[in-house]
Amino acid sequence: MLSPRNRRSVSRVLPSLAKTPTGIQGLDQVTGGGLPSGRAALVCGGPGSGKTLLGMEFLIRGAQRFGDPGLFVGFEETPKELALNVASLGFDVNRLVERKLLAIDQVQVDRSEIEETGEYNLEGLFVRLDAAIKAVGARRLVIDTLETLFTGFDNQAILRAELARLFRWLKNRGITSIITAERGEGALTRHGLEEYVSDCVITLDHRTSGESATRWLRVVKYRGSSHGTNDYPFLIDQGGVSVLPITAHGLDYPVSSQRVSTGVASLDEMMGGKGYFRGSSVLVSGAAGTGKTSLASAFANATCGAGRRCLYVAFEEAMSQVVRNMRSTGIDLGRWIDAGLLAFHAARPSVFGLEMHLIAIHRLIEQLAPDAVILDPISSLVGSAPVAEVKSLLVRLLDYLKTKQITGLFTSLATATSVEETEIGVSSLIDTWLQVRDVESRGERNRAIYVIKSRGMPHSNQVREFVITSSGIDLLPVQSGPDGVLIGSARLRRAAEEAGLILSRRQEAERRRRALRRRRAAVDSQIATLRAELAAEEEDLKAMMVDEQKLADRDQEDSATLERRRQGQDRTLRQPSLRAARRGRRS
Amino acid sequence: MKPGTGRARRASPAAGRPSNGRPKRTRKRKPKNDVSFWKLRLYVAGETAKSVAAFSNLKRICEEHLRGRYRIEVVDLLQNPKLARGDQILALPTLVRQLPPPVKKIIGDFSNTERVLVGLDLRHVTSPGG
Repeated sequence: MLSPRNRRSVSRVLPSLAKTPTGIQGLDQVTGGGLPSGRAALVCGGPGSGKTLLGMEFLIRGAQRFGDPGLFVGFEETPKELALNVASLGFDVNRLVERKLLAIDQVQVDRSEIEETGEYNLEGLFVRLDAAIKAVGARRLVIDTLETLFTGFDNQAILRAELARLFRWLKNRGITSIITAERGEGALTRHGLEEYVSDCVITLDHRTSGESATRWLRVVKYRGSSHGTNDYPFLIDQGGVSVLPITAHGLDYPVSSQRVSTGVASLDEMMGGKGYFRGSSVLVSGAAGTGKTSLASAFANATCGAGRRCLYVAFEEAMSQVVRNMRSTGIDLGRWIDAGLLAFHAARPSVFGLEMHLIAIHRLIEQLAPDAVILDPISSLVGSAPVAEVKSLLVRLLDYLKTKQITGLFTSLATATSVEETEIGVSSLIDTWLQVRDVESRGERNRAIYVIKSRGMPHSNQVREFVITSSGIDLLPVQSGPDGVLIGSARLRRAAEEAGLILSRRQEAERRRRALRRRRAAVDSQIATLRAELAAEEEDLKAMMVDEQKLADRDQEDSATLERRRQGQDRTLRQPSLRAARRGRRS
Repeated sequence: MKPGTGRARRASPAAGRPSNGRPKRTRKRKPKNDVSFWKLRLYVAGETAKSVAAFSNLKRICEEHLRGRYRIEVVDLLQNPKLARGDQILALPTLVRQLPPPVKKIIGDFSNTERVLVGLDLRHVTSPGG
């Protein structure tokens, strides 16, 4: 398949085949613009493969979008049945019929009534077609299961000649038409209609793999035009037919260097303090119960908190369950749902095929235009389809998200026993890969988170402990000890030990301080005592000095008295007694 | 394609509503539900050699087996294409036996007389007296 650029340049140089857009989502992309104008395209497929609906939508879209009147010639269903069938897809056929943009004609072929008595032709059919085409001025025509004619007429030679004439006739009229046919065994169609309608052949298929069915569309042949040759999955739902080109986006999307918060401040820190790149793809993988959904919810919470829209696709839990569970971690998703910022899409993976999921997600993205999409978990898709298909789905989804600048966060369940299949499948497509691990030690399990890779930004190489509390998620700074990173109770114990150590050190210092104080007090009191003693001695000494002086004075007086007495002038007799007293004191 | 007898006529827009009514000119020889009266309608597209041949074949068979008890109405779809829808006409020429019931359809140029007789349930009618 040529790239869009090449195709454009080719068509600029050469006049290319005129094409009539079908207006069917994706089909025009696959066919490079639509069906060949003025020619017939053959749509073949088994029963229930969606041939009639595809044809009907071709006419309805043509009328609604391009104003092309259309004619539906049905061999099997009545106009009433047809209108009812497509009403369930949201198309109001009756209104188009009233506005003369659509006509439905039923052709009945009843084998039992008809006896063939010689040569004939199908001019009656031509006349009918001609009249019906003229009645609305049809530019688009669908003949639904033309092969019914083969059950109505015995003469194959006549029938084939007439069919060849019919297609020539249609071509000459310049009507763009779709002829539907039953798929045959070993051939495209049961009656070899592809011999006559060979400008464009599209096959529809309805295959089941595992237990879920997927519809596939393939452009087998497109004369004079390049076209996608893959099997493209398609979907029939309330919006009609949607075909999903697998790799229509290529790898030339713009990238953003804007960052969006992960919803966990400490995780933002691990990634340069800012979070994921906007429009990048994030994978959160881990074992059961490691907090993948919590991380996803935190991201949803942060996205909505910033006023952006978020789509949460839950494959395993119902919306109410996720909301309730997250409330226990302090994340209130309910208010974002009420505010219309958060949309939930909960569906079991096995409800329908992968492609249905993809298209359903596409539809929701188109409707909501979210800034972030969360798929929780992608690993559950693996159970319902082979890994290769899941990978192809995710590639397409990732491409799509990237072109739309939508940040995608996928969670993936990894079990200890099996190799992480989805991770292997998609990890190369992922920009940021977080892994949450169980760390088992000392009889307990704890969570540790790593950033395995994060393209285009500096990110922490640390293993952090990941804790979920009632006030949210937190990543604890690393506590490393002799045994490596300490986690859980080991971390707590170490913290306790450290706290104890500090406490005892503090107590020791206090004790010493008190001892010193006591000692100082003791010394002080000793000093005081000594001083007091010293003072007492001084006092004594002073008193003694005074006595001495007195004695000296007395002695002097005594000797004076003695002097006087010796000279006979002493009139007192006390003198000797005084001296005796003085002597006694001295001793 | 001029009918050989007066009982056959060509339908045209001017002829009213040939699909539902009985022809204006017919004498009411028998009640409508009389099994012995044959009301046939032949659809053709234009006066081609093939349609003329078909008509003359049919005429011959009817004269042989239903003389005086039949009427052939010829409808030219080129002139009145919408009539193709009512009887669900695809192949041409197509003969519709409107009476006696049930409605029967045979297609082709009536060159195979045997099959025409089978298709019209004429076998038992012819055998007794012709």
